[in-house]
Amino acid sequence: MNITIILIIIGLLGISAYYTGLRKSLTLREDKLLHSTPIYHGAILAINSSLASILLVIVWVLFEKNIFPELLAFRNILFIISIFIFFLTAFFTFKKIKNKFKARDKVEKIIELFLLVCSSLAILITVGIFLSVIFESNRFFESIPLTEFLFGTHWSPQMPIREDQAGSTGAFGAVPLFTGTFLIAFIAMCIAGPIGLMSAIFLSEYASKSVRDIVKPLTEILAGIPTVVYGFFAVIVVAPFIRNTGNYFGIEVASESALAAGLVMGVMIIPFVSSISDDVINAVPQNLKNGSLGVGATKSETIKLVIIPAALPGIIGGLLLAVSRAIGETMIVVMAAGMSANLTANPFEAVTTVTVQIVVLLVGDQEFDSPKTLAAFALGLVLFIMTLILNYIALHIVRKYREQYE
Amino acid sequence: MNNLKSRLAKEKRFRLYGVASITLALFLLSLLFVSIFSQGYTAFQETKIQLNINFSEEILDPNKTKDWEIIKKSNFSLLVKNSVNELFPNVSGRSNKRKLKKIISSSAEYQLRDYVKNNINTIGKSKKIWVLADDDVDMLIKGHINRILPEDERRIDNEELKWIEFLESKNLIDKFFNKTFFTSGDSSESEQSGILGAFIGSLFALSITLILSFPIGIATAIYMEEFAPKNNKLIDFVEVNINNLAAVPSIIFGLLGLAIFLNFFELPRSAPLVGGMVLSLMTLPTIIISSRVSLKSVPPSIKEGALGVGASKIQAVFHHVVPVAMPGILTGTIIGMARALGESAPLLVIGMVAFIVDIPQSVTDPATALPIQIYLWSDTPERGFVERTSAAIMVLLVFLIFMNSLAVYLRKKFEKDIG
Repeated sequence: MNITIILIIIGLLGISAYYTGLRKSLTLREDKLLHSTPIYHGAILAINSSLASILLVIVWVLFEKNIFPELLAFRNILFIISIFIFFLTAFFTFKKIKNKFKARDKVEKIIELFLLVCSSLAILITVGIFLSVIFESNRFFESIPLTEFLFGTHWSPQMPIREDQAGSTGAFGAVPLFTGTFLIAFIAMCIAGPIGLMSAIFLSEYASKSVRDIVKPLTEILAGIPTVVYGFFAVIVVAPFIRNTGNYFGIEVASESALAAGLVMGVMIIPFVSSISDDVINAVPQNLKNGSLGVGATKSETIKLVIIPAALPGIIGGLLLAVSRAIGETMIVVMAAGMSANLTANPFEAVTTVTVQIVVLLVGDQEFDSPKTLAAFALGLVLFIMTLILNYIALHIVRKYREQYE
Repeated sequence: MNNLKSRLAKEKRFRLYGVASITLALFLLSLLFVSIFSQGYTAFQETKIQLNINFSEEILDPNKTKDWEIIKKSNFSLLVKNSVNELFPNVSGRSNKRKLKKIISSSAEYQLRDYVKNNINTIGKSKKIWVLADDDVDMLIKGHINRILPEDERRIDNEELKWIEFLESKNLIDKFFNKTFFTSGDSSESEQSGILGAFIGSLFALSITLILSFPIGIATAIYMEEFAPKNNKLIDFVEVNINNLAAVPSIIFGLLGLAIFLNFFELPRSAPLVGGMVLSLMTLPTIIISSRVSLKSVPPSIKEGALGVGASKIQAVFHHVVPVAMPGILTGTIIGMARALGESAPLLVIGMVAFIVDIPQSVTDPATALPIQIYLWSDTPERGFVERTSAAIMVLLVFLIFMNSLAVYLRKKFEKDIG
């Protein structure tokens, strides 16, 4: 018997239980006042009985999947037992329905419990991420030593197909991936940092309200464009443009140069930097600005000597968040950056990044006993830890900064 | 006084930097839109060629059974071939004739088969039918292949060009609205490929995302805002977790999906079900954070009023606070869903990246999603696919613009409601 069908039947029974409880309490109400309104009586009857039988079904299925696969043959019995449990609980709850029965309190307790369970899900997700990457990374580090992974400079994850195949044992030195990631993130920040910051300064200090109302949403469009679109833009417009310009000046530019990927990623991050800087700049107290303007400083002097120093922690926090976004960005680099690891700081060459390699290693056939697939999880672990640290520091700085002016 | 002059000049320069950076950002934005539009607008038309098809009884139904089960096995390709040869009687030789047939898309025979299925009485008659042209012909007609180039630099040689120009002179070749693009799945031939499969995949995945993340997100926000004990270590930890999850790179969620949903729970690979689950983990923080903001901005007097007349806490929150905050919550949800619609990295990891021709029928069928289809097509160098990639991007952007305008509208309404 299909589990879905069992659940649907329980659901239908639950609905009828609701109406049964409702009807009983409506008749009770004719004589005497009730503690709770009739809908709560119906609700508690439905919730109690269906929860009990659904719990049974869940426990049964967990047992069946992980411990006793033989139980699969006894689905019909599960059905009968769960229906029996349903009616049993329904019977006892039904007997409890009296004028003084505090059904509402009970229903509200259950709702509150449900809300609590939902909120703890956030912890569960974080734990899930940790467990999944750490568990698989651990298996990876059993075959490849951690030091080789972190400090090795040669990355070619292709494992030999045959045992006796010569010369391709797979190398997992991730340094070229880290340098590639930072190179691209650095280029991106070189674009997004100044442009984002200057746009924020202009919009919050110089622009008139009408200009601001038009321009701000426009720049925010940049944040809403899917990254795959940026990737396509990098491939068909930016990369050829850079290559042609390079050729014109006699510079050899790889068709998947770090520069193209970094530039486009920078464009993607501009609104991110500018909206955080905007918030931070607006949080600087007006008194500070007025004081500076009052002693005769020009607007730009006020901005450079008063506002930016005051807002500096917040701006740095925002830039760190932007760096963490750049490091974790996937689609732009998958489409526009290279596939092969290359230890270089030359932006005209092709480099690869951590996220690109995760995708390359996982797309296609996955074997969870080969270091090749597991390496993706080790890279994921590094990426997760890096972004976690960056985010933590950034959020901490931003929060401290806000408190300072509150 | 010189000093003042230079200070004012500095002021002007600084202001100019601001204007320049805004202009640059907006220029890049418009460059992006213009380049995608100019690459892609032609994809909304497709080139068709009119053929005079003779549905000869000899080929289709030599035994006069009129039975579709028998007819459907006959050689529809021959119908196309005969009709093309009839159009160009001067072409001789096997290889030339084969080349001639290649100006028609290979989908023509299926089109004819479907036509006969619906009009079984046409057998034995002749009829003029518009069939799809091959993608190279399509590109030539749309002007993406330059006719003036020397023969060895274009994908259409002089002989083919002569045939096409003959068709043009007889008005037998024309451009129509590209229905194929919106009604078919992926294909290895660019003229037969469409976005419907990817669109349905996205739709399934997003429905799963909405079903999971909307209730859980709201419940979390309500608990954190209204019920959670203040200054509780556990609650603080939950809050830190949510803020961190909002900044975790999306590909990490893909790894979680791969390790837990696919490996541990053994859910089907490449399915929108898993894709939707992964995307919901990603949108949850967005929904929670924005719902909390809008719950917080509901004036406390509303809740206090309800409590004052004897409502319980749950009643006050659910009957009075949540309805007022709802437009704000919906705004956050729509923005989260829009982000999920454009997201592709986690879907790559859980295997929603494959060449899938069939339209998915349920959430457990293998499928791709709209952004993944864009990624897959962008990898193909053929001009026909470049055009379709840009067109798919335009479709995706239209949806995103629609969702975001809806969000803006709701936010305006919310701001007005709470005054």
